[in-house]
Amino acid sequence: MPTLTQATGPGGGPTPVAGNPTEPEASTWRLLRTQLCARASVRVSLVVVVLLVLMALTAPWLTALGGWGPEEFDKSAIDPYLGGMPVGSFGGISTDHWFGVEPLTGRDLFARVVYGARVSLLIAFLATTLVVVVGTAAGIAAGYFGGRVDTVLSRLMDLTMSFPALIFMIAMMSVARDVNRVLLMTAVIGLFGWPGVARVVRGQTLSLRRREYVEAARLAGASPWYVLTRAVLPGVSGPLIAYTTLLVPGMISTEAALSFLGVGVQPPTPSWGQLIAESYQFYETDPMFFIIPTTFLVLAVLAFTLLGDALRDLLDPRTDPRSGRS
Amino acid sequence: MIRYLTRRLLGALGVLLAVAAVTFLIFHVMPADPAQAACGKNCSTERLAAVRQYMGLDQPLPVQFGAFLTGIFAGRTLGTGQYAVDCGFPCLGYSYAYSEPVWDLLVARLPVSVSLALGAAALWLLFGLTSGVTAALRKDSLTDRTLMVGAVTAASMPVYFTAGLLILLFIKTLEILPYPGYVPIAEDPLGWAGNLLLPWCALAFLYAAMYTRQSRTAMIETMSEPYIRTARAKGLPERTVVLKHGLRAGLTPILTIFGMDLAGLLAGAVITEQIFGLPGVGQFFHKALTTGDQPVVLGVTLLAASFIVVANLLVDLLYAVVDPRVRY
Repeated sequence: MPTLTQATGPGGGPTPVAGNPTEPEASTWRLLRTQLCARASVRVSLVVVVLLVLMALTAPWLTALGGWGPEEFDKSAIDPYLGGMPVGSFGGISTDHWFGVEPLTGRDLFARVVYGARVSLLIAFLATTLVVVVGTAAGIAAGYFGGRVDTVLSRLMDLTMSFPALIFMIAMMSVARDVNRVLLMTAVIGLFGWPGVARVVRGQTLSLRRREYVEAARLAGASPWYVLTRAVLPGVSGPLIAYTTLLVPGMISTEAALSFLGVGVQPPTPSWGQLIAESYQFYETDPMFFIIPTTFLVLAVLAFTLLGDALRDLLDPRTDPRSGRS
Repeated sequence: MIRYLTRRLLGALGVLLAVAAVTFLIFHVMPADPAQAACGKNCSTERLAAVRQYMGLDQPLPVQFGAFLTGIFAGRTLGTGQYAVDCGFPCLGYSYAYSEPVWDLLVARLPVSVSLALGAAALWLLFGLTSGVTAALRKDSLTDRTLMVGAVTAASMPVYFTAGLLILLFIKTLEILPYPGYVPIAEDPLGWAGNLLLPWCALAFLYAAMYTRQSRTAMIETMSEPYIRTARAKGLPERTVVLKHGLRAGLTPILTIFGMDLAGLLAGAVITEQIFGLPGVGQFFHKALTTGDQPVVLGVTLLAASFIVVANLLVDLLYAVVDPRVRY
């Protein structure tokens, strides 16, 4: 089953290690782009992802357009005689408050969702980066050097995977005091995520280690660092990119779950999980407050999953790209 | 086989020991002081020192850890003199908030969590595998596409979203189901199932979606193997090919995932138990966090880890039964 990585990647082609790798690389990526863009699901999810990221990046300007900051109280938008419920139907949606307002405080939900995207996506991206960097380093080292390095690293992976991750994350987040919660959350999520990446990379490295072009580089006297970064890493990158994209939705969900349980991002800082946690007290009386942040969360998770699925179909040697949506 | 088993058992024990050590370290190095939590806000310095001594917190960390480990296997007596409390085997610590050994507290709540996890697992296996296999056998058909779109959407919905919608629909709007409580199965099996129906569905929804995707991929891969072609070529009916040759090999990888998922939920369905107010281990854990009841937090973490380790071991042994290619 020929796949993109094998057909034109550094493994299959006559790509010399020390030669000019840009030419075949470029055609690989062009081919990938054409195949990706042929899928409707990819085009739609790509648009959603770009819009969400843009929304997070331009949060200050977007909220300036909306007219309300994320932590501004609007007492006129809530009804004190109704227990602080938003004035008007659908959670107080109006021309003034596009997504309505939070009960009790009257904070603008649009501003909070937009700023929440910043925190949620920041944590998701940071945690993914951490997991990918650590996982790749560990996986490539275990697969390439083998022997004792492999034994130690593989044991460490098994051990980390035997930890009840969610329980541990909750416990660690709850005992920590007076720390930057965004960074702590990134670290804690990353701590339990790296073995997954490491296993994928290790397996891939094992199959590349004995390839002629890698052997050739080694025999030519290239340093291990050179061989790993120039010969092995490009061969690993295909499945890695797919796996990384599929990690992001998990990270978004984990952040939301931790914040939902009250151990993640603390108010008044908004994140999607934190907003959903707050909305849960009111979801019977003010369902819109619950539905809007959840919709954003589901959309983000869905878009990244679809994108990752498509990338995996095309880049992972284990799946046959011709078989389509698997 | 015996050698393999011994090695695996020793390995499992090692993992548990490491988990215990790490957990112990986290809770004793982190700034929250268990003695302070047990003593309360208006605690004088002398009283705090007395509490620390009583709880053994004045000892060096390795000694504390040693005492904790001995307690698990042999039980221990906590404190001295008239305040001494007996904490029998397997002593996971003593909750000062409940004035009871952690183990007893956990055992009392475990049936709720086990009921929740097993019921949900039955549901998600049934729906997830059926739809996954159906989709795989009719690859690229309309059924396949509909199922896959449904599965990827459902897999993106967090459990609190599904749970919230189910509560809104069935409890608040239609009023056909009661707000879940917990009735022991021995007392009233129907009430037990009726009360747990919504939590089961909420939990199973997400997992069923994930299993649909995974079992479809696995089945497609298996059904394109040469031995399936051989089975068809020798004239076996399609039914036999799928049920006898396809499913067995196709669903073995699912076993690993299932073992981990089920084990993770036995002590880890924190969100579901929290939303539905089920008095299980997960809710107990969450409550212990907010009150700073560290022995309970430590106990639940260890319990959850042992479930995962045991599940891992069982799955590997089951592999030999299900897949004749695996021999130890």
